[in-house]
Amino acid sequence: MNRPIRNVGFGIMAMLLALIAQLSYVQVVRADQLTTDPQNFRVTERDFARARGKIITADGKILAESVPSQDNLKFQRVYPHGPTYAHITGYQSLLYGATGVERVYNDQLLGKTIQLSVGNVDTLFERDPTLDVRLTVQSAAQEAAERALAGRKGAVVVLDTQTGGVVAMYSSPTYDPNRIVSHNDKRARAAFNEFVADDSNPMQNRSTRERYPPGSTFKVVTTAIALDAGIATPETRFPVLTSLPLPLSDKSLSNFGGNACGGPLREAFRESCNTVFAQLGLDLGEALATGGSKFGFNETGPPLDDSPRPVASLGALPGTFKTRQPQFALDAIGQGDSAATVLEMALVAQSVATGGNMLVPHFLARIEDPKRPDPNAAMQDAKVWRNVMTPSSAANINEMMQAVVRNGTGTAAQIPGIAVAGKTGTAETVKGVAPHAWFIGFAPAQAPRFAIAVLVENGGGAGDNATGGRVAAPIARDVLSKIFTTQP
Amino acid sequence: MSVARTALGRTRRNHEFALGFHALVVIAVGYVLLAFSKDANLPPDLAVILGSMFGLYIGAHIALRKLAPNADGTLLPIVAMLNGIGFVTISRLDNAIARNQAVWSAVGVGLFILTLIVVHDIRVLERNRYTCAFVGVGLLLLPLIPSPVGVTLNGARIWARIGPISFQPGEIAKILLVVFFAGYLVDTRELLSRSSRRVGRLRIPDPRHIAPLIAIWALSMLVLVFEQDLGSSLLQFCVFASMLYIATGRSRYVWGGLTIFSLSAFAAYKWFDHVQVRVTTWINPWPTSRTGGYQIIQSWYAFANGGVSGRGIGLGSPDRIPVAVSDFILAAIGEELGLFGSVAIVLMVLLLVGSGLRIAIDQHEPFTKLLVSGLTIILGVQTFVIVGGVTRLIPLTGVTLPFVSYGGSSLIGNFIVVALLARASDSTTGRRQRVQVP
Repeated sequence: MNRPIRNVGFGIMAMLLALIAQLSYVQVVRADQLTTDPQNFRVTERDFARARGKIITADGKILAESVPSQDNLKFQRVYPHGPTYAHITGYQSLLYGATGVERVYNDQLLGKTIQLSVGNVDTLFERDPTLDVRLTVQSAAQEAAERALAGRKGAVVVLDTQTGGVVAMYSSPTYDPNRIVSHNDKRARAAFNEFVADDSNPMQNRSTRERYPPGSTFKVVTTAIALDAGIATPETRFPVLTSLPLPLSDKSLSNFGGNACGGPLREAFRESCNTVFAQLGLDLGEALATGGSKFGFNETGPPLDDSPRPVASLGALPGTFKTRQPQFALDAIGQGDSAATVLEMALVAQSVATGGNMLVPHFLARIEDPKRPDPNAAMQDAKVWRNVMTPSSAANINEMMQAVVRNGTGTAAQIPGIAVAGKTGTAETVKGVAPHAWFIGFAPAQAPRFAIAVLVENGGGAGDNATGGRVAAPIARDVLSKIFTTQP
Repeated sequence: MSVARTALGRTRRNHEFALGFHALVVIAVGYVLLAFSKDANLPPDLAVILGSMFGLYIGAHIALRKLAPNADGTLLPIVAMLNGIGFVTISRLDNAIARNQAVWSAVGVGLFILTLIVVHDIRVLERNRYTCAFVGVGLLLLPLIPSPVGVTLNGARIWARIGPISFQPGEIAKILLVVFFAGYLVDTRELLSRSSRRVGRLRIPDPRHIAPLIAIWALSMLVLVFEQDLGSSLLQFCVFASMLYIATGRSRYVWGGLTIFSLSAFAAYKWFDHVQVRVTTWINPWPTSRTGGYQIIQSWYAFANGGVSGRGIGLGSPDRIPVAVSDFILAAIGEELGLFGSVAIVLMVLLLVGSGLRIAIDQHEPFTKLLVSGLTIILGVQTFVIVGGVTRLIPLTGVTLPFVSYGGSSLIGNFIVVALLARASDSTTGRRQRVQVP
């Protein structure tokens, strides 16, 4: 019987050696691939169990930082001014993943991108080195935007016209990211579900992820296309009308409040005369659609370093003018097919301020190493996203926009001592519901520094009195004047 | 019947003591490192744990000195090492469960000593082979009795509850069935190796001799299939086929066994949904990474996270692995102790199997040879089934890793197995010595 016993012994030995081979395969050969598998929870967990850099504003306010915690995740992410900056910082949650700056600059915050150089060999010996992310956002501007909106649904976007950086991006209502990143799963889930169930949709960034009819603020785009196309100049005269009959239909388009208006384009712009710009849209025809694409309408959303990415704005559909002429008349005054994000309209204002260029918008000023501060390190510089109009058209529109604030529909945006250029918008939505109030502009008009777009959903409760000039322009004034008073 | 201590026996006991000391040091260091991974304090229960481990080991050691002084000296140290590493890993995962496991280890050592006393001569079992068969089948059937006795847990109906105690009768039943097989095969092996019947071109043994064997085996298989305990039925089958082969020396029992096994495995795959799920997640777990494939993928992640040298005790995330304390305990060990740790466990089982089969070869009585082989094969094949399962070498079926996994019934059963191996090795050593010294 001994021979069979030996053979069985060899059999079992072969089986156990096969186990050792398989263990070596999993623990050595496949190890790298498995440990970096995105589904592998240990990867995320390891990211969570290490310190993470700070997110700070341009003026040094801490928006996000990691503090030691007593549980197994070792660090708790804290957002000291949570709701005010929620739509910029986003959150980093074990349950729901990451959004915003937390997501886009995850690797930087974790110090994964630290480059070894002769100057910082000591990073080799550091435990969990982290990097800080400095934003272009200015706390004075962001907080002024929050105060000025005063809880009304809407959004304010302020862009630097020299660097393209986002100076403020406030969306209302907002939410507290601290509640989502709680290490108490039950509380985190409850908070997340509460925000999702909320009809006012506080987690939606109304600046980049929601499209609104831009109303008369779109007349800046229509004017730019018309001036560039050479079919009009600021002095081109239009008939004075109370309403404009629309082609291919029995409908007509009336002016705001049933007023008669017209005359030179410059005047029509200042008074925001619908019949004139609708006529301009019809005169432009297909050019309105192709010109709109140049501004980014019906194209991809602005390349902001945000997550989720901004959505694209919509406008007159190219190739449809022949059959949809009335629609083009509406599109030209920012109604009809026109639907823009607040960020897009801020970029429109910026393009006038810069003499024709939309700059790539960005939150990031620079990545900083807290252990090796370098005050002279380069800031993110300006890159052109789109060239949308000629400098001369921009100069003309700049003047027309100054007139709007000086003695047109946007006088509420005036700031003593600083020339503000702007354009109001009152965008009809559904019959019986108050229109959206818009204001876009920039200042100082002669040497622009900041471009702004303000939207208040459904006039923010101002009812039938809600116009861009009454509701949105004062918000722009408050935010811009706050920026200028805190500027060094 | 224990014999007087011989010179070889004395050496063996001294080696056993020394090896056991090493095992205890390794386990104690592991337990201290585990505490250090949390904070810089020694574990408050260190003295109690060390004291009980030392006490249990010395208890078993002295029992062997008194009751089986010439027994193989490698069995106890290997068991202590496996059981100790298992205990440290379980403490790392769940302290309350570790406490239970410690109690079960103590009960196991108690039964180890009791077995040495009751089975003072291995032939006691041979005489009671039919009682063993009867009790074994009875135990297998116990979980099928309706509630409150039979309990279904994790899809398998392998638990029985009597009063406050829940246990898996199958863990004891498999030992009793091996005893029966060994006894029955000794009676009939001559007849079985002579193929007296021809069916076409096939020569088969007389059905009169093989029928009772097939009946008991088929009954146990049927019960296990009803209880959805795939791992145990696979194990039972391997043991049965190997014992037939050892008894008769005819390799056709192996090939025949493999054929029957393949056919029944295929049939099970066709007929039972849960078998199908096991096979599909074995072939490719990734499409069901959040449902059916979750366990095996988490297990792979843990092994990979450990790499060659491991994350260190207390420094991995083995709590992510489902049922890490029992079926998947090797994944937890592989994560924290690395390839070194997981391979060490497999090698220790290999050593144990080697010792067992050497004891079998040393035997003179066919019954003991068969019994010891059968019991040893259980240890080896069971390790293959579970480690192969958690590393995705073969489809996953839930059995315990001997001495390492959490589980009272399995632990007790395995301690009894080792007691029987010790008893068998004691008797042959004595006889060999007596032959050598006239």
